[in-house]
Amino acid sequence: MPDMVSLAQPQQRQFNPYADNGGTILAIAGADFTVIAGDTRQSEGYSIQTRYAPKVFRLTDRAVLAVNGFAADGNMFVKKVRQRLEWYRHAHAKDMPLRAIARLIQTMLYARRFFPFYVYNILGGIEEDGSGAVYSFDPVGSYEREACRAAGAAQSLVQPFLDNQIYFKNQVPAPGMAHPVHLPLSTVLSLVIDSFTSATERHIEVGDGLEMYVVLAKGSTAIQSLSTVRGIQEMTVTEDGERVFVIRRELKKD
Amino acid sequence: MFRNTYDSDNTVFSPQGRLHQVEYALEAVKQGSAAVGLRSKTHSVLLALKRSTGELASYQQKMFRIDDHVGIAIAGLTSDARVLSNFMRQQAMSSKMVFNRPVPVNRLVSAIADKAQVNTQEYGRRPYGVGFLVIGQDTTGPHLYEFSPSGNSYEYYAMSIGARSQSAKTYLEKHYQSFEDASVEDLIRHGLHALRETLQQDKELTTNNTSIGLVGPASVHEKAVPPTGSFRILEGEAIQPFLDSMIAKEGPAAAQAGVPPATAATTVQPAEAAAGAAGDEDVQMTG
Amino acid sequence: MDHFPTNWGRPRNDAYDPYGTYPIAHRPNNGPKDAFADAVQRTQQPIVTGTSVLAIKYKDGIMMAADNLASYGSLARFKDIQRLQPVGAHTVIGAGGDMSDFQYIQLMLDELIIDEFSAQDGHTLGPAEVHEYLAQVMYARRSKMNPLWNSILVGGVKDGKRFLAYVDLLGTTYSASTLATGYGAYIAQPLLRTAVEGKEDILTEEEAYKILEQSMRVLYYRDARTIDKYQVATVTEKGVYISESRRLDTNWSFAEGIRGYGAQTQ
Repeated sequence: MPDMVSLAQPQQRQFNPYADNGGTILAIAGADFTVIAGDTRQSEGYSIQTRYAPKVFRLTDRAVLAVNGFAADGNMFVKKVRQRLEWYRHAHAKDMPLRAIARLIQTMLYARRFFPFYVYNILGGIEEDGSGAVYSFDPVGSYEREACRAAGAAQSLVQPFLDNQIYFKNQVPAPGMAHPVHLPLSTVLSLVIDSFTSATERHIEVGDGLEMYVVLAKGSTAIQSLSTVRGIQEMTVTEDGERVFVIRRELKKD
Repeated sequence: MFRNTYDSDNTVFSPQGRLHQVEYALEAVKQGSAAVGLRSKTHSVLLALKRSTGELASYQQKMFRIDDHVGIAIAGLTSDARVLSNFMRQQAMSSKMVFNRPVPVNRLVSAIADKAQVNTQEYGRRPYGVGFLVIGQDTTGPHLYEFSPSGNSYEYYAMSIGARSQSAKTYLEKHYQSFEDASVEDLIRHGLHALRETLQQDKELTTNNTSIGLVGPASVHEKAVPPTGSFRILEGEAIQPFLDSMIAKEGPAAAQAGVPPATAATTVQPAEAAAGAAGDEDVQMTG
Repeated sequence: MDHFPTNWGRPRNDAYDPYGTYPIAHRPNNGPKDAFADAVQRTQQPIVTGTSVLAIKYKDGIMMAADNLASYGSLARFKDIQRLQPVGAHTVIGAGGDMSDFQYIQLMLDELIIDEFSAQDGHTLGPAEVHEYLAQVMYARRSKMNPLWNSILVGGVKDGKRFLAYVDLLGTTYSASTLATGYGAYIAQPLLRTAVEGKEDILTEEEAYKILEQSMRVLYYRDARTIDKYQVATVTEKGVYISESRRLDTNWSFAEGIRGYGAQTQ
């Protein structure tokens, strides 16, 4: 009975319910603004599925969510978060505060602890005290508030750059000087663009397009540096509150 | 114990072919304060009179947002209204989830009408004690519907429900032909005039007791309305400019003269809905 | 002869008995080993399969193409299968992957369209709604670990808007002006992008057809799971039109010139 032994282990071809759709997301909080960005390429393996699939979503006038990982889970997760926010609006006739959305996202992710949403989330926006905030999550709901975070395919390329440029790691201030606690919006936007052009150069899953959402606190003076930005588009729904803008840029498509 | 035989069970017809419990439910709607709805080519508006139980109490909520494109005004039991409006919100959300499309307004109204009908036929249930005016906009334009506990729903150019709503209907019947092309400001003014007819003597519409709900592009008195013209409820100071636009009522004698004979129990309806209206006779209350 | 179709047409693999020396029932350890697995049998792999579907946007709408073959492993089993299907008055879908799952999806969509039609209220489902619905169904099934084993293109025109999007057995979705499933994603997609990108509003129906025909021809030359019979669906503001089966014009005369490989060069 030669070779039949091999059949003792029948070929198991298990259905894999996940895929990795590449891409990178990034968020940086300022004193009274937050920038949340993502590239728009969606890929699987070496194939580019589309050059425009948004990964960054406006949830409310003060909260923007970036999702990265398995695209189908990501889109479904955003839909479900939006439903919960709609019920909150029905119950309370106002938008859910940012820190409450962060906790909601943790609960929703952990509810699927044993069949996770294969998604890395970064939530950015304005807190009730008017400060810019970034919350980052792992796929099963661990989260913390940070000043900046990169996630996704090029996390390992971008995060060290941010550590150096935002947290001033491995930089020594000139004698008698101190590192600034918060950077101005124009600097932050430049850092975001540089992060993505660099990631596009060195990572095959990053490129095609860049979407940067800017959330401004009520009465933020950072609005002035936005007036000169090319092709900026306002997404705000209500007035007299926080304001949301989106800035789109091309990235290399190779 | 019972006002009538055939009262105890809503699923049993009276020898006259009536379901008494259903008719009592329709009475519950008439106990609620009035709500008025009007529609033009571009807008649908709701106006409602809020009641409070006294000086120390707040005013009862009369309008509910269902989705970005739909809202309702209620007359009758508020608690029943909350159950039904929650159901409508669920329907609206499931349409967004499954088809990524705002639910067509007529389907939303049919869905609650079907729910209400079940309560008129199944043993051990009671009809809802609330009526709705539903406004909304979809791909077929702005709409106004009436929903009642009997399980009926109709589309209207203008309609009123609740206490003394007949007076409002009379006003609407007199003016409805101008609604189609009216501006939103005129539409709301007509609505306020109609709502005013339902007031008790020595009462008037104020920023406290009036709610305005609307869908369609922003009026000149509104700020920060998204370009889609989604449903919004105006209350408090926001409605002052609309109240200011009202034309003072003529003397009581003139008002009396304006009331036509009491034959007009059914109100103005679009032509396509008129055919169904004839069947409405079955559940009409006498008197 | 191995009558177990899943053993056909796979790459050579010495790990199993390719000639089926033993009847399946007598093979040692034949069948699932997971104690829980025999309670429910689910689609673990596609059986009768369709290959690529191609679609592009053009001036007046969208155009989609798929051949008429349903394969059974490497066997060209059914050679007159239609893989393009109209859904309502504004939409067409095209499917690759398991054909029985596709037939189930067709059944489901037919029911959906009938329900929508029965309402008679002036509302109809367009391609965007059909795609969202399909995506929800596919995602729900993958979440139950019981997928519908297909990659599907959904295209159409409604209210002057062109729509073209993809959905697959994982519930993954995306939209682009050129789409291709299966092998087409590797072989035809680059050709389609070169021919279409930036010209979506210029290409005429004839040009769009030429592009698809040429791509189908390349696929027929290179993908072993194709035949030279295919259909083309066009959706415009006027509605859905699915062509009769057409035959690809192919040229194999170059085969005469092939002198062999390696040492055999004469």
